Amino acid sequence: MSEAISALAAALGDGSVEVVDLTHTLDPDFPVIVLPPEFGQCARFRMEEVSAYDGRGPAWKWHNISMNEHTGTHFDAPIHWVSGRDVANGAVDEIDPAMFVGPVVVIDCSEGAATDDDFELTPEIIAAWEAEHGTIPAGSWVLMRTDWSKRRGAEYLNMADDGPHSPGPTPAAIELLLKRDIRGFGTETVGTDAGQGAHYTPPYPAHYLLHGAGKFGLQCLSNLDRLPATGAMLIAPPLKIKGGTGSPLRVLALVPQTTASGDRT
Amino acid sequence: MTDKLLPPKKKNPQLRQRVPTLPPAMRSRAALGLTAAAARGAFCLQHCEECGAVQYPPRDACSSCLSVDLAWRETAREGKLIAETRIHASPDPYYRERLPWRSGLVQLEAGPTVLCHLHGDVGRGDTVRMDLKLDKAGQGVMIALPVERTPDMADDPQLRSLTADPKHRRVLITDIRSPMTRPLIDGLLAAGAAHIFVGESESWRRGSDHEAIAALDKVSVMQLDVSDASSVQRLAAEIGGKTDILINTARFVRPGGVLGADTVFAREEFETNALGLMRLAQAFGPGMASRTADGVNSAVAFVNLLSVHALSADPHYGAFSASQSAALSISQTLRAEFRSSGLRVINVFTGPTDDEWHQPLPPPKVPPKALAKSVLTALSEGLEDVFCGDVAKDLEERWRKDAKVLERELTGGGT
Amino acid sequence: MKRQSYDGVVVTAPVSVPYVRYSQETAHWWIARALKQLLEVAGISSRELDGFSVSSFTLFPDTPVGLTQHLGLSPRWLDSVPMGGASGVVALRRAARAVQAGDVDVVACVAGDANRIDSFRQLLSSFSRFAMDASYPYGSGGPNASFALIADAYMAEYGAKREDFGRIAVAQRANALHYPDAIMKSPLSLEQYMSARPISEPFGLFDCVMPCAGAEGFLVMREDEAQRRGLAYARIASTIERHNAFPEDPVQLRGGWVMDIDELYEMADCGPGAIDVLETYDDYPVISMMQFEDLGFCAKGEGAQFVRNQDLTITGDFPHNTSGGQLSAGQAGAAGGYLGLVEAIRQVTGQAGGTQVAEARTAMVSGFGMINYDRGLCSSAAILTGAGQ
Repeated sequence: MSEAISALAAALGDGSVEVVDLTHTLDPDFPVIVLPPEFGQCARFRMEEVSAYDGRGPAWKWHNISMNEHTGTHFDAPIHWVSGRDVANGAVDEIDPAMFVGPVVVIDCSEGAATDDDFELTPEIIAAWEAEHGTIPAGSWVLMRTDWSKRRGAEYLNMADDGPHSPGPTPAAIELLLKRDIRGFGTETVGTDAGQGAHYTPPYPAHYLLHGAGKFGLQCLSNLDRLPATGAMLIAPPLKIKGGTGSPLRVLALVPQTTASGDRT
Repeated sequence: MTDKLLPPKKKNPQLRQRVPTLPPAMRSRAALGLTAAAARGAFCLQHCEECGAVQYPPRDACSSCLSVDLAWRETAREGKLIAETRIHASPDPYYRERLPWRSGLVQLEAGPTVLCHLHGDVGRGDTVRMDLKLDKAGQGVMIALPVERTPDMADDPQLRSLTADPKHRRVLITDIRSPMTRPLIDGLLAAGAAHIFVGESESWRRGSDHEAIAALDKVSVMQLDVSDASSVQRLAAEIGGKTDILINTARFVRPGGVLGADTVFAREEFETNALGLMRLAQAFGPGMASRTADGVNSAVAFVNLLSVHALSADPHYGAFSASQSAALSISQTLRAEFRSSGLRVINVFTGPTDDEWHQPLPPPKVPPKALAKSVLTALSEGLEDVFCGDVAKDLEERWRKDAKVLERELTGGGT
Repeated sequence: MKRQSYDGVVVTAPVSVPYVRYSQETAHWWIARALKQLLEVAGISSRELDGFSVSSFTLFPDTPVGLTQHLGLSPRWLDSVPMGGASGVVALRRAARAVQAGDVDVVACVAGDANRIDSFRQLLSSFSRFAMDASYPYGSGGPNASFALIADAYMAEYGAKREDFGRIAVAQRANALHYPDAIMKSPLSLEQYMSARPISEPFGLFDCVMPCAGAEGFLVMREDEAQRRGLAYARIASTIERHNAFPEDPVQLRGGWVMDIDELYEMADCGPGAIDVLETYDDYPVISMMQFEDLGFCAKGEGAQFVRNQDLTITGDFPHNTSGGQLSAGQAGAAGGYLGLVEAIRQVTGQAGGTQVAEARTAMVSGFGMINYDRGLCSSAAILTGAGQ
């Protein structure tokens, strides 16, 4: 075993590196994105009992499950969006698996999002973050913390008669992140874009710009309040679906516990 | 005059519930003509095509001229009650539980004498109005009713045993989003329903009616998504034992034929319209079937709303039509499966409804209020098949006449 | 054409197998017992018997054909008379003509039925197609309800009262106390009749017969044959039968006898006054009352007044249903259609024992049967004469 892996194993063993689950439970009643009804809709998670130690299978229980690639906590691949349709290796089965494990930074927008449902992540906020934590390193996952994952039911999508209202990035913010050559962008809301993201130019800038640039998205994350601004490692491998545009997945973060047993840095 | 039916007291848990039994169900093939007429609320007897004589009981040859050409035709309902009895002893298990039971002989103006059930407000010598109804065995039977409506006449126990009247009963409407749900709630409450549960799927994206409906007295909004087995089972576990009438308003519809449309909408249509019906029946059916003799608020009916294009496809709504045919077929199997319990499966067929998915279609379209009214009529009259609106009625008639001709007309072969 | 007489043909050997309320035995068993008695009385072996007539509701899946093999008979003449309460007279008149024509020498006529627990319900529910389709589903009161409707209409039309029906039932019970095989063994008062629990209004318990198991039989042969065997016999003065009479009547207030009664008397060359004993088909007292009218003993609608004025017991001025009728002796299925005929043979041949009416030489017996839907369809009647005591 290499020294690095041994050290990681030891750190995981003694709790100095904690595994934090950033995933919502796949539940039939978990919200999915809602598009105008004439468009095709995102299928909700469904589970159908095949047998339960009964006549259909005496010693075993199992289910058939079905869902959209973008149901629950999920990964967006570049080919998800029209702007990324020609990106090389843009489907989930083609992406270099090395891309699924990488450093993560968290921009805490929870205070603003608590008072403004349409809270925007702007270049100014990113600049302020960088002033405190340093320039976002290339190859990082950037997660926008809003504490939106603590919302339940109707509060989560927050639909009004002019559509959903939830925080998200402005086009300029995404352009700035692309300049930093990030790995991908993730949110606690149902999409990487704001609820009202259709009204930006371009519409849905996170999807449009990120995927066009071959970057990834993560949505419906939770527990972002348990991540440090910097220093954690994200593990986010989607299912290997042939030609898949995304996939529900289990997102894990390896988080160093600076307070647990002394400073290890 | 009929005694007003009072709301039932809470059940005495020490008393055994009345077991569902059926009145005699065996019939000749000819007699099924009565059942077919009763199912749609018609009053039909056999008329001889040669001499015109009206026949009863149903038979295979005319008792006036021996012609075998007998046709079921609408017949005048008027008659005179010439004899009555109150039965106090019967070897039949169903009637033994319900004695005494009144029956009588009515001489129809159309000719024959009919042995029939009697409404409490008619007596010997009275002019009566005959009705054909489905009994708990699902067979067509005759009942003599007063010519003029009497107060609370639907509360008569013999008549009530032949209907699915919502009075004092608890109703589940499966989809709050259906435009007919609100008028249906209003109608059911006006008809004396004891409580109405309204299913709501995806409570994380409430519709505009939610607040108004949730605020109503005697109405509870419950989580229910017919496309999710666990959701259906969860609600059945909660209210399955007190669901007396289930009205399935859940429906998914998108325009489009078969070649052009993808299968995603089609799958959603089948998930909701066909498999949703199956899930509801699987979760609620057995509990309802065990409570069909459970006093005033016994379980009585399982109601489906179907497009009349279940009978013959509308190619502009190809996949949707297919889902409706599937649902119709499922409802027929449910009828067979519920037969032994007496739980009635009611299908209310409608033409294009006046909603977002039928915008380009010319009128007439069925307004949600009319559809709700048809459901209430089906329940209070105890019908099995109801066609709501001119389009549905017209299409059913053409289908009955010649299904192939109708298919050709609907698929662009007629002028 | 004028009806031909039954000269040279007689009816003899009245046999009753005592009834029981419920029995596990089959119709085959009951019929065999009656047949054995008949043959023993006449001194005929079962292989010799050349004519056999059977009435039964409960032989299924067998028919009288199967019964021949079951019972080891080789008849050259076989009849099945599925006419319920009209069976006795109809079996008699068919057999008499066959004997008269020389097609057969001796006909054993037998009616018998089983009565197991629940077999009555099963019989009712599938009694006829019209009953299955159009009467049994309406409260399942069976014949009680159907005849209650007739009684209701009759009472409304003619002003008869329950007491009037009660007089018939009470007199028959008095008669039954003299008939050792009657199911009912205790007296019945009019008060008891009136206060009995309702069965199907206006009927109470004592308007209804008790379904049971049993068998009845008699022999039909040439007069010289009866004399050679030393059997007391009765002559057949006249008979009638009719089916589905007056189909246009909305409710049955008269039976088919009305169509044929004149010929019955004409053929017998007598009138009602000549009848010493009357055995009517009494599935309900109201039906007996209807027969008093339709058989000419009183005018239509005057049956109630008639029973108020007559004494219907064995020693009375109008002896009627002398063995108690079905109301008191019991109704053993199709044997109920034989009960009155077998008793009438006993009466005019002086063999009635405790129920014997003095000087009974002319008896009338009437049959009525098969409530297919709303009314009894078959009616029959016969006048028998004998040497008396």
